[in-house]
Amino acid sequence: MTAVSETPVTAFEDNDQSPVGYGRMLRKEDPRFIRGKGRYIDDVQLPGMLHLAILRAPMAHGRLVSIDTTKAAAHPKVKLVVTGAMLAEKGLAWMPTLSNDVQAVLVTDKVRFQGQEVAFVVAEDRYAARDALELIDVEYDMLTPVIDVRKALEADAPVIRDDLEGKTDNHCFDWETGDAAATEAAFAQADVVVREDIVYPRVHPAPMETCGAVADYDGVDGKLTLYSTTQAPHAHRTLYAIVAGLPEHKIRVLAGDIGGGFGNKVPIYPGYVCAIVGSLLTGKPVKWVEDRSENLTSTGFARDYVMRGEIAATRDGKILAIRTNVLADHGAFNGTAAPVKYPAGFFGVFTGSYDLQAAYCKMTAVYTNKAPGGVAYACSFRITEAVYLVERIVDCLAHELDMDPVQLRLKNFIRPEQFPYETKTGWVYDSGEYESTMREAMRIAGYEELRREQAQKRERGELMGIGVAFFTEAVGAGPRKDMDILGLGMADGSELRVHPTGKAVLRISCMSQGQGHETTFAQIVAEEIGIPPADIQVVNGDTDQTPFGLGTYGSRSTPVSGAAAALVARKVRDKARIIASGMLEVSVAALDWEKGAFHVKGDPSKSVTIQDIAMRAHGAGDLPEGIEGGLEAQICYNPSNLTYPNGAYICVVDVDAGTGRVKVRRFIAVDDCGTRINPMIIEGQVHGGLTDGVGMALMEIIAFDEDGNCTSGSLMDYLIPTAMEVPDWETGFTVTPSPHHPIGAKGVGESATVGSPPAIVNAVVDALKPFGIRHADMPLTPSRVWDAMQGRPQPPI
Amino acid sequence: MTVNSDEVTREVEGRLLLVHFLRDHLGLTGTHWGCDTSNCGACVVWLDGEPVKSCTVLAAMAGGHEVRTVEGLEQGGELDPIQQGFMQCHGLQCGFCTPGMLMTTRALLDRNQNPTEAEIREAISGQICRCTGYATIVRSVQWAAAEQAGTRTTVDAGAQS
Repeated sequence: MTAVSETPVTAFEDNDQSPVGYGRMLRKEDPRFIRGKGRYIDDVQLPGMLHLAILRAPMAHGRLVSIDTTKAAAHPKVKLVVTGAMLAEKGLAWMPTLSNDVQAVLVTDKVRFQGQEVAFVVAEDRYAARDALELIDVEYDMLTPVIDVRKALEADAPVIRDDLEGKTDNHCFDWETGDAAATEAAFAQADVVVREDIVYPRVHPAPMETCGAVADYDGVDGKLTLYSTTQAPHAHRTLYAIVAGLPEHKIRVLAGDIGGGFGNKVPIYPGYVCAIVGSLLTGKPVKWVEDRSENLTSTGFARDYVMRGEIAATRDGKILAIRTNVLADHGAFNGTAAPVKYPAGFFGVFTGSYDLQAAYCKMTAVYTNKAPGGVAYACSFRITEAVYLVERIVDCLAHELDMDPVQLRLKNFIRPEQFPYETKTGWVYDSGEYESTMREAMRIAGYEELRREQAQKRERGELMGIGVAFFTEAVGAGPRKDMDILGLGMADGSELRVHPTGKAVLRISCMSQGQGHETTFAQIVAEEIGIPPADIQVVNGDTDQTPFGLGTYGSRSTPVSGAAAALVARKVRDKARIIASGMLEVSVAALDWEKGAFHVKGDPSKSVTIQDIAMRAHGAGDLPEGIEGGLEAQICYNPSNLTYPNGAYICVVDVDAGTGRVKVRRFIAVDDCGTRINPMIIEGQVHGGLTDGVGMALMEIIAFDEDGNCTSGSLMDYLIPTAMEVPDWETGFTVTPSPHHPIGAKGVGESATVGSPPAIVNAVVDALKPFGIRHADMPLTPSRVWDAMQGRPQPPI
Repeated sequence: MTVNSDEVTREVEGRLLLVHFLRDHLGLTGTHWGCDTSNCGACVVWLDGEPVKSCTVLAAMAGGHEVRTVEGLEQGGELDPIQQGFMQCHGLQCGFCTPGMLMTTRALLDRNQNPTEAEIREAISGQICRCTGYATIVRSVQWAAAEQAGTRTTVDAGAQS
């Protein structure tokens, strides 16, 4: 069921169709943002509020010898100085990570990464707090750091995690998926085997707003109100209850507006805990907002996978099997935010969009003296790495077979009639029309014409590249039977109240960081019960007001919370139907629903609107038997499967033969995310993800020197695309609804971040084909492209 | 100094940054802080009509001068065309970079009533947006330019791909 055609947008006004349901509609949140009236964390100003600043370790690995806070404590504006030893007395020096590891809140024994939290100061203003950090004297014994992930398991490598009992090496975990023997057998019968070492470097989500919190503990009520930059307010509340020993009903987490998250605001960071401790000890509200350097060097990084990819195929291009061996750098603490049974996230979808005979992955994760994290930057739980691996290795195969990369993909796609399709690593893809989607991208791109242009330019010595990638994501975690984070099931609640005058409030458990949930979720409910989106207030980010759920990351809002919103609206509609039957004096079965009203079958003149019903439900008159009144409902949605959005991306680059500089000339993205709720918002999400892709493919890397100094600790060093580095995006779509999702929608928020890096790298490698190059690692900066052109491509450090 | 046409007088530390003065002392939290190094532009305000990065201006340096922030764009209950443009063309998502983008592009339109796509991209090249991928920001500025010129419908038909 693929519909390619929808009239292309030809006027900006089409963004404001104001539908009662799905369609282009301007965002409800924008009026406050364009006036500077957003409510971000640093905008929170409470009476008597104090400011917290954190002292961070200057080296990557060092034993804490002594710490003297006397001078800092004597600063006239300082109210409190806290060290790891003081937290240890309260049992708060360590906290659990989202992967059942532990992480130091403040250092008690030794520093394990540069930028790690050592002590904090609470003072009257933010400048004084920073001044006082300078007055803390700390003595360290320097230790040799473990920086190169490839050397972390060497026998003489210093042991980073000597806090873990019996730990004698830097091994974090092993993980495997697929069938090793079957894969070996497939490789044995292959005509062609291609092997390539592929690195996905460490990068960082770097949202424009850094992380922060304002903790406000009321000693009389015993209630903690925590304003914080969190993508998962409810999960955080439960974890604070466990960590700090506060009763959960006395914790209220408020997320406000979030200035971008991209996974960076999923974990609980030491700074949040410090702010809570600061407020508990001073009795005052305490604000902590990290600076940009703190954000880049200490909070959740992304990727850092060193992968060996192998692909086996017949001579005519039938792919038989894919095998990979991965070395994963998890930093100093395993802070990966992924369902417990998935330590490598959803990397298991590395089989991509192809019908294989066998697949196998073996992974080893290690500790290094770098910041913790791992699952972030719109990665859909490591699907970024999986898609990059498969789309790069398939291109390497095309190179070896001297086959067009599109033709190779078309030959191996899972066919529409094979869905639901179980992959060789056990994922059940729900739906897809891969060939249609691919051909739509080729149509928009003018693929054949581009190849002709490239051939002409090659004759003239010009370096033009065309890169193709096709991705399948697995998003919407997830089914309770398989997925939980620290024991919390990944189902999401939703509550809908229709007021007497027919206006409604929807409370959801997921948390917008700019995605536009106030708009999209109002549209979902509008589609189901016919109340205009303008009349539906969407509440998120307040744990006292919203039902429990695990928040927004991994593109799970629409697949999980969106399903909950649709189903709660249907539950309200079911109740409305009973009330309508009483109002119209017919049986429930005699009623037809047309968006916004019930009418008697065969007699449309006998009709009541949802607004009429709402007033009746709250009014004084009689209601049908069994109906007590009111028009509201609450549900919890447990997804039966993930959703599998997919897309075809084509990138056109020009490489300057004299400098190695890459210019992305065109980028065509055709996404299939099933039912489209608000196309304007979908396109915006795709545009943002494509820009991430340009950043990762060409510019961004969190790098370290051999001493473990992070050399990407500011936006002067960590390069993010501006308007000058990206083209005007060309988007298209196909619609293949998810068969198991209540409204057929799939997640889309991370699709472009996942799918674009391989398209861009494939394009650059394609441009460099005259140099005999089959692979070059990201980021493809001018110097690294130049090295590749000179025949000495280097893996990134 | 004058902030959005209001005269304000405060005793402040010499080292206080303009962005913190506006946010913490005047409660004008529409101006955001994002990077410390003048790379991101979330803090752009006008100083005597010129866009500046207020994280790199001392409050004291703005003494005696005119500052305009995002809160000063709306006049008499009427949104500035650039504000309308960002809403109409989905030129924002999380909204954090938006105030800086609005101030820079408003200044651009004051100098150049009909900027090309390349001119718009160059004007905002000192600013970072992590959400939009910039194309919709470009369209937002084109929308505002057309709105001001009274030629919006015509421009719309040709400006969108």
